[in-house]
Amino acid sequence: MAHELETRILLDHAEDPALATLDGYKRLAGGYSTLERAYKEMEQDEVLKELEDSGLRGRGGAGFSMGKKASFLPRGEMAKYLCCNADESEPGAFKDRELMQRNPHQLIEGIAIAALAADAGHAFIFIRGEYSTQADILDRAVAEAYEAGYLGTNILGCHRDLELVVHRGAGAYICGEETALLDALEGKRGNPRLKPPFPAVQGLYGGPTLINNVETLSNVPRIVAKGADWFKGFGTEQSPGTKVVSVSGGVRRPGNYEVELGIPTRDLIYGLAGGPDPGHEIKAFYPGGSSSPVLTAEEGMDLPYSFEAMAAAGSMLGSGSIIVADDRVSIPHMALRTARFYHHESCGKCTPCREGTNWTVKMLERVVRGEATPMDLDIISSVQQNIMGHCLCVLGDSMAMPVSAMVNKFRPEFERVIANAGAPLGQEEILPILQGVSS
Amino acid sequence: MSPVDGPGIFNPNLPVDRAVTEGRVPPRAEEQIPELHEVDCPAALRDQFEALMARYPDRKSASIPALWLVQQQYGWCTPEGIRQAAAVMRVTPAYLESVASFYDLLHTSPVGAHRIEVCTNISCWMRGGDELLDAFKAAADGDDENFFVTGFECLGACDIAPMASIDQRYYGPLEAAEAGVAIEQLRAGAEVLPDKDQAKRPLAGDTPIPGAGS
Repeated sequence: MAHELETRILLDHAEDPALATLDGYKRLAGGYSTLERAYKEMEQDEVLKELEDSGLRGRGGAGFSMGKKASFLPRGEMAKYLCCNADESEPGAFKDRELMQRNPHQLIEGIAIAALAADAGHAFIFIRGEYSTQADILDRAVAEAYEAGYLGTNILGCHRDLELVVHRGAGAYICGEETALLDALEGKRGNPRLKPPFPAVQGLYGGPTLINNVETLSNVPRIVAKGADWFKGFGTEQSPGTKVVSVSGGVRRPGNYEVELGIPTRDLIYGLAGGPDPGHEIKAFYPGGSSSPVLTAEEGMDLPYSFEAMAAAGSMLGSGSIIVADDRVSIPHMALRTARFYHHESCGKCTPCREGTNWTVKMLERVVRGEATPMDLDIISSVQQNIMGHCLCVLGDSMAMPVSAMVNKFRPEFERVIANAGAPLGQEEILPILQGVSS
Repeated sequence: MSPVDGPGIFNPNLPVDRAVTEGRVPPRAEEQIPELHEVDCPAALRDQFEALMARYPDRKSASIPALWLVQQQYGWCTPEGIRQAAAVMRVTPAYLESVASFYDLLHTSPVGAHRIEVCTNISCWMRGGDELLDAFKAAADGDDENFFVTGFECLGACDIAPMASIDQRYYGPLEAAEAGVAIEQLRAGAEVLPDKDQAKRPLAGDTPIPGAGS
């Protein structure tokens, strides 16, 4: 039933609501058989090796090798933790919502196997507070897994314990940042921490902690079941596997599509999401959520959708969320919308981010009101340069990258908007650039 | 299920580094923690706070769930509710208030009984999120006791843009006119926009492309 461009592995059988129950997961997807094999027959190093060999890259944004991350945890008798990052708050991203809602047991099985690889005894799913429906589904699924003996003490008689708690956040984008997530989970305000020490060495409650995204952990059961070579059969050499891509904005059929990494971006936007409304053209798109530098349609449409191709084009795959802007969208207004988000969500700990996001919003507001001069565009660009790399976490960079890309790539449009403030696109009159403050 | 009665429990067989979890305790913090007899905490609520603390290696981890519970009990994070949580959790009320004020979904001032959050971020903005927010505000105008309408940053449902979260459930894509319908349904206690419930939608790939004729 799925479109030929889709490769449904994580979303296999996801159209069947029964998949969200333990019975359905076992019947449709052979669920928990991998957990059983891993716990009964495999050593920690075997699981770890399979994950490392698979080349699975983190699906939360940074794209770091999941197996490598797990291998950084020190060995020995100490409390270690596993956190599943389900705080998906990046504008444009909604894939984890779909995965948790339709296939919660796949995630739980992945967490249990990853906990074996990391030798963790406590696991937490940190889910954003807004995802109430999905958190309820997870709560029910976790209760079922406890009941069936896949979680708890002495799992399947293998003398291993794993406790899993679904922890609801309360609305803060910053908690998707891994160290802020740890602070929020410890019951504090979600402020990022200085790194190093990295969470793999000193994370939750000071113990070594493995933090992975929902989609990353959902990949784990099948990799361990079918082997690293099977997994590498999908995608490209540097971006193996499939990816659930969220496509939204100016397309006719927005939604989540699971595809092999490396397929042409055009296939995703036109083939699967249906392209723009009739009579309209695509102007630009964010390839990996609102924090990725925008690409113009000419630049990006024919690139393969993979980590390496997006990085080579000066952007990033990020969380795998495409936001499409068609020709009706004013880029300066979109830049302002983007900047306002980061301004609102900045935790205020680091000055470049707190002040930089604030002043960027003020400057962009001046631009759309027509009170700016072209020199202000240079100042906006330089502010972005001074945010990047100067904070504890990358929230500030996440605004700086798309905003500076928009100012650089669409400068004539910014200048036109300054000159014609207030007039809708296409109906501008030519006005002197300095309009005065009174309007 | 409410935010507070999920499964899971702390396993005492596993060690935790207490020195790290406690952190620096400010001097005289102990004096500011209310005693249980000073606050009028209902017994059932107290049991729930304790059940929450039992889920974590460190009691402070229960802060956010406990504040959710206070909000569920009193409608918002009232100073009295925060004091009750603080007395049971053995933290200062100021600490819990600092946590509550950080998070957008925890309210430190009174709000209406029904909470409506309208997404106004990039994808929803492109598809009319601002107009939807205005329509909700107009429909609920003058009824602050029952409705709390606010614009909200990305709710993670760009596939159903423009959308709104009504009492923690997602609905979309919404026409501006449906805002009034939803408000009336909430007033009447009826099911809200049953056709627009996000949880009931099929996978995007299993639906036809609008206007494609296939």
